[in-house]
Amino acid sequence: MYHKEKSIQIKNSASALYNNLGVLRIAPRRLTYFTVVHANVVNMVSASWDGLNYSHRQLQSKEPNVATSTSLIMQAAFCVLPSRDLLVVTSQKGIQMYESDGSIMVYWHALDTPETPTAQAVFARGISAVWENYICVGVSSGAILVFDVPSKGSNITLSEVLEEHKESITDMASECSGSQECIADLVSADDGGNLCVWKSGEEFQLLNKIPGFDMSCSSVKLWKGTVVAGYGTGQIRLYEAVTGILHAEVNAHARWIYSLDIAPFSGLLLTAAEDSLVRVWHLTMTPETNSVEIAHLHNECVTDTQICGARFCDSDGYAFAVTGYDLSEIIRYTQT
Amino acid sequence: MSSRTLPLLFINLGGEMLYILDQRLRAQNIPADKAKKVMNDIITTMFNKKFLEELFKPQELYSKKALRTVFDRLAHASIMRLNQASMDKMYTPLSSGDFQLIRQTLLIFFQDMHIRVSIFLKDKVQNSNGRFVLPTSGPVPHGTQVPGLIRMFGCTGEETSRVQFSNGGNYTSAVREGSFELFGDRVTKLGTNMYSVSRPVETHMSGTSKNSAQHTKVNTAPNPLAKEELNLLAKLMGGLEVQKPGNTDSGFRVNLFATDEEEEEALISRPDELSYGVIKIQATKDQQANAELAKIMGEFTESGDQSPSASSKGDDLLAMMDGL
Repeated sequence: MYHKEKSIQIKNSASALYNNLGVLRIAPRRLTYFTVVHANVVNMVSASWDGLNYSHRQLQSKEPNVATSTSLIMQAAFCVLPSRDLLVVTSQKGIQMYESDGSIMVYWHALDTPETPTAQAVFARGISAVWENYICVGVSSGAILVFDVPSKGSNITLSEVLEEHKESITDMASECSGSQECIADLVSADDGGNLCVWKSGEEFQLLNKIPGFDMSCSSVKLWKGTVVAGYGTGQIRLYEAVTGILHAEVNAHARWIYSLDIAPFSGLLLTAAEDSLVRVWHLTMTPETNSVEIAHLHNECVTDTQICGARFCDSDGYAFAVTGYDLSEIIRYTQT
Repeated sequence: MSSRTLPLLFINLGGEMLYILDQRLRAQNIPADKAKKVMNDIITTMFNKKFLEELFKPQELYSKKALRTVFDRLAHASIMRLNQASMDKMYTPLSSGDFQLIRQTLLIFFQDMHIRVSIFLKDKVQNSNGRFVLPTSGPVPHGTQVPGLIRMFGCTGEETSRVQFSNGGNYTSAVREGSFELFGDRVTKLGTNMYSVSRPVETHMSGTSKNSAQHTKVNTAPNPLAKEELNLLAKLMGGLEVQKPGNTDSGFRVNLFATDEEEEEALISRPDELSYGVIKIQATKDQQANAELAKIMGEFTESGDQSPSASSKGDDLLAMMDGL
């Protein structure tokens, strides 16, 4: 179903972090941006579609105090809003937002970090663009910071802090950015496997809370009102977002799931784990019976590699890319 | 990242070091009483109460170099007195997310090291390119199901269908969970002694072990965290009491290589970047030296200079070293 293409070499190796691959497709310029986190650096590659041009850039984590400690980056992700695209980088010290090509930092938000380290780690993790003008970022305390983003410029402001989760946020996802109306448009996940479903607005509204099983939910997606969640046990669960009804449960992987992605036009689902396997599935919605079905389509084994990032490169799922711990390349696959 | 990583890293690396030392002491036929003394000295220093208290404080992981220095000191430490350390006080129950964070922190620490270890290569646990083998067979971890089953449910919670898919591997069900008691069956082989099984003596390695040092990428850029690391070392070593070996007869050399020739060769081919300059810091209680320093310090303030502000971390370090 898929075959391997030429890999893209990156300047350093990927760190073992959840969802460690960002992809942004720039159709008018026929290129795609990729981001891979290595410790305190984000490696950015801009790859032309003809495969002839690659340009690299590295972004450092910002440290408000000089040389007191390195700030490790937890995640880097592209946020696509109707008016603009931003690259958001979250670390132990705070949240950086850049123009999507990484050229200029437009916003910095510092986290409250204690003077001496405490037993509870402090960091930001979990990034999602929501609706027309919000970017939401999770924090290790379980709080979610909601930023209001103007259509241009750097006048980004913290609009709200959502305090519902009691454990560190792991991942967040949204759908219906800017276009259709959805009942729920944001889902957040935490280290206890708990999921919160939200409706965005001037004041975000909590629509539903789906409890976890004391097992971290490392990656989550939202598609046609269905939450797709991947867990440390290697299981995937599909829930109806607003009601919390469990539609499907899959014993998908033999190790911790690190990344999930959905191609919204085709309903293809990509899952990747530390067991070195990437799997492709198909989701189908049947509105009449209000059911969701999941079917397994394909496996790819990236030998001896703990996969930490996997994403489709386009909305149809025609191609996808994969990163692995300690690997200095982005591996690509396209449909045959 | 996690501030609770250092104790795990230290105890795991320290434990492995003990296994290796034990094996080398036997292989070189060191007299039993001397071997026992060495092991005793190192173990009691590792679990010295003051040292452990410092170790278990929440703190950032520093560089590989800093940790190596601590182990160098440890390997040369000698017995003080047998202290019983209570280790259970520090680890409040950790969630699965906490463990994964500690693990991710450790993985960042070990990233980009592709040193080949001969015993791993022989056991086919590591490839010749340095990467560890991840088998797609064998038992799944406790708490995980064998991949392959899709269950779908209706709106009222009843299971509507079951579908199997091919998982691309050869997995078996999880084994039972290991015991967390002081004594018990751990179930896993991790943490046990790899050297306890007798192995055929190495005659000639095909060049892999000799080349391994050359493949280490060591970062030689000036480290902006140097002061922080020195502070950490001072704090940790403040808890390590070191006696100068009084009697040279009781000391002996341990060779970690299979033969003296191999050790000699490794020394010759040692890449420069693995060496680092050693700065000797006089830390013993020397009355005369202290009096000298106090006199010099006095001269500074008398001349009307501002005394250095206590907020500078470098001064904290010097003050601490003087106090040792």
